[in-house]
Amino acid sequence: MPASAQIAERRQSRMIPVLRGEQGPVMVGLLPVAFLGLLFLLPVLRLFLLSVEGGTLAHFDKAITSDLYLTVFIETFRIAAIVTCCSLLMAYPVAYVLSTASPRWVLIGLVFLMLPFWTSILVRTYAWMILLGRNGVLNQALLGAGVIKQPVALIFNTTGVVIGMVHVLLPYMVFPIYSAMLRVNRDLLLAAEGLGASGWSVFRRIFLPLTMPGVIAGTALVFILSLGFYITPALLGGGKVIMIAVLIEQQVRQFLEWGFAAALSCLLLVIAVLFYVLLNRLGRRETIA
Amino acid sequence: MSPTVHRTLRARNWLLPALRVFTGLVFLFLMLPLLIVFPISFSSSAYLRFPPPGYSLRWYQAYVNDPVWIDATIRSLKIAGLATAIALVLGTLLAFSIVRGRYRGREALNQISALPIIVPSIVYSIAVYGLFAKLRLIGLWPGIALAHAVLAIPYVTIVVAAGLKTFDVAQEQAAMGLGASRLTAVRRITLPQIRPSLISAAFLAFIASFDELVVAMFLGGSNMTLPKKMFDNIMMEVDPTIAAVSVLKITLVTLLLALAARFGAGVRPAV
Repeated sequence: MPASAQIAERRQSRMIPVLRGEQGPVMVGLLPVAFLGLLFLLPVLRLFLLSVEGGTLAHFDKAITSDLYLTVFIETFRIAAIVTCCSLLMAYPVAYVLSTASPRWVLIGLVFLMLPFWTSILVRTYAWMILLGRNGVLNQALLGAGVIKQPVALIFNTTGVVIGMVHVLLPYMVFPIYSAMLRVNRDLLLAAEGLGASGWSVFRRIFLPLTMPGVIAGTALVFILSLGFYITPALLGGGKVIMIAVLIEQQVRQFLEWGFAAALSCLLLVIAVLFYVLLNRLGRRETIA
Repeated sequence: MSPTVHRTLRARNWLLPALRVFTGLVFLFLMLPLLIVFPISFSSSAYLRFPPPGYSLRWYQAYVNDPVWIDATIRSLKIAGLATAIALVLGTLLAFSIVRGRYRGREALNQISALPIIVPSIVYSIAVYGLFAKLRLIGLWPGIALAHAVLAIPYVTIVVAAGLKTFDVAQEQAAMGLGASRLTAVRRITLPQIRPSLISAAFLAFIASFDELVVAMFLGGSNMTLPKKMFDNIMMEVDPTIAAVSVLKITLVTLLLALAARFGAGVRPAV
């Protein structure tokens, strides 16, 4: 058999799985899927079972009907909403400035976003305690300058928790909005202006709608992540700001109420996943439009 | 700055400078907490004073000389190393499966594989504790590494999948046409070309594990990881050793980030 024919034959035998293309990807997926199934889906399923242990919905009943726990849920949603709004108001202008900046400034801006983003939340929370504490840097500076007569309470309350959380979540808001702004075709803005639109109406009727997918993605992401925050409220809340994650941890570690903690966890999980599904739906509709 | 934007904002000449000042203030807000721990860590005082009354290395010495801190650091490094290795292999396999596959349920798998990011860490901690207690894995560092690998896999999958999508499969097929086995083609042609994505993915996985507190707190038993030790230290307001540790962690992240930017495919948040 001539060499070329041999190669051709070998090629054909090798090509078949590539052309069929089905087995390979399914096979390589089996191991990770088994791993995630065993160590992620199975524990979460067991959590649901634990929450209804003994075949009763008593734990859920307690979580939803008791004023005490209802307050925690409402407080969590309120803080998540405030944090999301603050992040959006800060992120949109920042993303806009970045999207119009020269490459060098973009690089500097990205460093300023990435460095805090990848720094441990514990480090950042500790730093906020130094800055905002009763004898903290900010209070000392304001007292020294004579702006205030007495130290202002900036931590161990909602203010401190919101500041700490916005600091953690802001990059999650900036990046999707920035990406959406980069995709905007600037000629459209020029065309609208050429046709006589004012700066404000170009923004409101063209730029804002075109960047909405980024706004929706960032808003949903920040809101979902806010709901499950533990470290920031635990440290900057000083035991006074109780969010769901802090409540769950207390129930387990102080009261060993595993069933009740499981029920609270299931509620938190269902709410987070619902928002995630909603995000996917909204995101898809926005991209098509 | 493009001329288009200039013209768009022509009517409001004050707007862009105002937005730039605002952006500068936001960046100050982001960077200030990172900068403030540097002077505190070199303080000679055991109490929080700013500016510090004098400078010393005593809090760095306190860190190095305390076996509890060092043990916690070594444990966290071991956990992060193992978690990164597992997540990198499994996350890359999953990315191959999702990008190359044409089977039904591929899109669903893509969505489900992102779930560990969405599920709050406290929820996953409670969930995995039950299983690990049954398997007698509580208090063992490889157990924590397994749970951290679960949390890190989505980051790896998203970053590697993005790299794979830009890779031309024809190159792999050409190698196989020339007689390479599929494994050889992937190992010698595909993986080297998506190396930047792999490096970024490894960085993300490592940091995700190295900084993780809540899962490690539940699964660790009496064996503290570095974040748990830091958490306790902050809670008890013991001394500024935590500031020295913070400076070391910021330096580590800066170094890794620089390496990832140089050799990786960028490390934007996986959104």
